[in-house]
Amino acid sequence: MGEIIVEEKGKKGGKRKAKKHSTRIDMTPMVDLMCLLITFFMLTTAFSKPKVMVITMPEKTDNPDDKDRPEIPKNRTLNILLTEGHKVYYYIGIADPKKPAELPQLVKTDFSKDGIRKLLLIKNKDLFTKIAEYRDKRITGKTVVADTTADSAIKQMKKDDKHGPIILIKADENAKYKDMVDIIDEMAICNIASYAVVDPTPTELEMLKNAPK
Amino acid sequence: MPKIKQPARSPHIDMTPMVDLFSLLLTFFMLTTSFRPQEAAPIETPSSVSEKQAPDNDIMTIYIAKDGKVFFNIDNGKDTSTHFREKLLQKMGEQYKLTYTPKELDKFSKMAGFGMPIKNLKDWINAADPKERDKLQEGIPMDSTDNQLAWWVRMARLTNLSAEVAIKGDAETDYTAVKKIMDLLQENKVNKFNLVTNLQKDEVNLKDMPK
Repeated sequence: MGEIIVEEKGKKGGKRKAKKHSTRIDMTPMVDLMCLLITFFMLTTAFSKPKVMVITMPEKTDNPDDKDRPEIPKNRTLNILLTEGHKVYYYIGIADPKKPAELPQLVKTDFSKDGIRKLLLIKNKDLFTKIAEYRDKRITGKTVVADTTADSAIKQMKKDDKHGPIILIKADENAKYKDMVDIIDEMAICNIASYAVVDPTPTELEMLKNAPK
Repeated sequence: MPKIKQPARSPHIDMTPMVDLFSLLLTFFMLTTSFRPQEAAPIETPSSVSEKQAPDNDIMTIYIAKDGKVFFNIDNGKDTSTHFREKLLQKMGEQYKLTYTPKELDKFSKMAGFGMPIKNLKDWINAADPKERDKLQEGIPMDSTDNQLAWWVRMARLTNLSAEVAIKGDAETDYTAVKKIMDLLQENKVNKFNLVTNLQKDEVNLKDMPK
């Protein structure tokens, strides 16, 4: 059986008025929470993503007398030796252990702007100016090319370079990891076309011992 | 002269603009955030001019701390279905005759870099608190009789075929320690390394050219 709900009528017959609430909401707890969350996210965020420097090492061969090994022209070779205390030494040419009288002299330099960089820039002048001019043209808007095209163009310039130095980076056991990264970085700054990280020979270690302090 | 009575102000401040700003900031941080990965040891990387960004996935990282301790980390892959870490641990387990429960595998896949002899890895996974866990991080052994790091690299390369190798070394680490790792990688036919560095601008212009 259905129930009939009888509407109860107000005592005074009029409509009951809803109690008027304030339209303001207390936002303090919300603000508190937001502050907390913002602080949390600000502290845990890793803004700068790590950058990487790509280095490709020559493949190791078991056979040191490999016929396929490229011959390095003597006058283009620049050897950079890294050792303790962030010191840098360099010499040009090849230190042949069979000719002790002709051993080249080590020259001391450092990682500053007037140190190894100056030397690298002088040695690599042609290629560096070529690449820098190309970059300048892009910046000033004289040539408009895409980034990838520019990159490959620069790569090609480096490939075509036949006069620039060939740099052999050799670090002894007292060098720090930073030294190696710094010197490879200098290669990138100075637009060096060809460089390699190799082990120092016993002759070179001997030369380091007698090097000017 | 009678004092001018200031009308009584309501003690309420309108917080709406503040809330607006806060929500904006909150949204921004929530969307841009990528959590700083937990690291086994504090490592201060050297700086370089390289602007290439480290890849987000398919990368195994070898950490070299100041004291020469070595840690290893690999990501789970581009999406959640690949489970590279679980597969890697299973492979390593087979190699070293250790078994891991599915729960341990799952737990391991959510963890970050590690560095301990493989026999202690189980303890590390099951460690109750971070302090205990940190105590176990003594570096991956890589002596010639039992080169565990080489096995980690080998197995990681078998698990994730497109994995690249990143080396994150402290600036003050001895070069020999880094060299040892590079030699090890080259023996395993990895010839391309990503050295993790800080960005530090340094430019040479044409006018700086020495005469």
